Amino acid sequence: MPKVRVLVPTGALGLGYDRAALARGVAENPDIIAVDGGSTDSGPAYLGRAVSKYSRASTREEWRDLMLARARAGVPLVIGTAGTCGADETVDWLFEITLELAAELGQEIRVARLYSGQKHDEMARALADGRITALPGAPEVDEGTIRACTHIVALAGAEQIAAALATGADIVIAGRTTDTAIIAALPLMRGCHAGAAWHGAKIGECGALATTNPATGTIRIDFDDTGFTMEPLAPSARATPYTVSAHMLYENSDPYILHEPGGHLDVRASRYTAISDRAVRVEGSEWVKGPYSVKLEGARVAGYQAISLTLLRDRRYVANARVWCDDIIGRAREKVATRMGLPEADFEIEMRLVGQDATLGPLETGTAVPNEIGVLTIVTAPEEKQAVEIAKILNPYLLHHALTEDEPMPTFAFPFSPAETSRGALYEFCLHHTLATEDPMAPFRLVVDEVGHG
Amino acid sequence: MAELGQIATKIRSKNAGPFWLTIDIFCGDRAAFDRVSEGLSTDRVAALFRVPAETLKRFDIADLCVVKFSLPRPQVQGTGRDRDMHGAAWAVLLEEVEIN
Repeated sequence: MPKVRVLVPTGALGLGYDRAALARGVAENPDIIAVDGGSTDSGPAYLGRAVSKYSRASTREEWRDLMLARARAGVPLVIGTAGTCGADETVDWLFEITLELAAELGQEIRVARLYSGQKHDEMARALADGRITALPGAPEVDEGTIRACTHIVALAGAEQIAAALATGADIVIAGRTTDTAIIAALPLMRGCHAGAAWHGAKIGECGALATTNPATGTIRIDFDDTGFTMEPLAPSARATPYTVSAHMLYENSDPYILHEPGGHLDVRASRYTAISDRAVRVEGSEWVKGPYSVKLEGARVAGYQAISLTLLRDRRYVANARVWCDDIIGRAREKVATRMGLPEADFEIEMRLVGQDATLGPLETGTAVPNEIGVLTIVTAPEEKQAVEIAKILNPYLLHHALTEDEPMPTFAFPFSPAETSRGALYEFCLHHTLATEDPMAPFRLVVDEVGHG
Repeated sequence: MAELGQIATKIRSKNAGPFWLTIDIFCGDRAAFDRVSEGLSTDRVAALFRVPAETLKRFDIADLCVVKFSLPRPQVQGTGRDRDMHGAAWAVLLEEVEIN
């Protein structure tokens, strides 16, 4: 018998999953249902604004299914990085959805919220005390950087999830956590092999991604004293030693090492064995303890953007699009400086040629001439109204600018009116650091509520 | 000579967090792995990204028939100059490289 059975319904709440596979997983007596709610992969705006990427309606629908599955299984349901970014606001957003659903489903449950949000003053103090350390590739950080962040979160590990589970919670809504923590926590609490707990958690963090049919979502992982066994729950999906071992490559800069709060996982000695045509057993993974620290993420506003799209179909303009754009940028920059009094260093005008090199920019190696080019103009300025104003100064050029002086005035295609669209704030990630903490719970807050008890 | 995309079964580039990019070249079998492992130099990949070769981490993983490169992201994810939020399109640069 496995010591701990973890059911992972899907790689992320909002991505969907195979309902029959989830039902099968619930029937197989899991000890916990664990699902991820986010990642940095969709960019800094979600943390910057503290909002979810997925729609409330989709999140509610899937969370409803999981709340029903939890009630049937009679085990805790835990979500990590709730609401894409795991900010306090998105934890509360999912909590509010949970309250609605508990009332709708007539469930009386204990809900623990684990908050990962960090206060500016405490982070500034930690920086001054030397408790914040840059990771490889991190940007320069000073107190100003920290104070400029709209939101800072710390990534909780297994210890904080364990603390939330220890409250006897039926549902744990966690803010930012590592992808693996929600899966590793219970096996570690019950004394399973630590290397297996973290390795199995990494393999399971994206649901069925480490199988032959990722879209099915649902998998189960059994943890014990020596290793773990992973099996997908949809009949169309299979786990093989290849699909399982290859998952350490995924979104990981080092395929053998995975850093977590309080240590790292080393899979160099891991052995992968097919125990059926669809399940894989893994042993030999090692957990290496280190000083306790948690990773930090922060996002700040880096200006405001306005964009427009102009379509070039005339062959001569398509062939000379870059020259045309550079000419416009030069003329418009001059006008912005004289008409708006904005110093040239304070704003940026970029024109990307969709169809030519918008994806790779200067690294593009292709040379084919396309039928048409979409000119994506991106203006970045310190204030929103300045960005829109600059986009408007650009407008007459985008509509009529001629390659040469002696040709009839051309007119180009605009798909939209107004031609320019304000994108609002441009956010950027500005922390890639760790925070040392002796008490793993010190940077986090736990709030427990009895829900649906009238 | 053949393009890497025709030799490998799949080339995937992904964010490894907002500050790193990682590229996995799945070769499919040992012969293709040996060909890629020997034929694709780290210098060549560094040149595609116009960065010094020492900024690249390289892993030749025979068990998986995978050659993996990791490097600081050419543009930090989501900054004003970033063109590819998920870092997925950089794989194309590798797919279109010709090796022996």
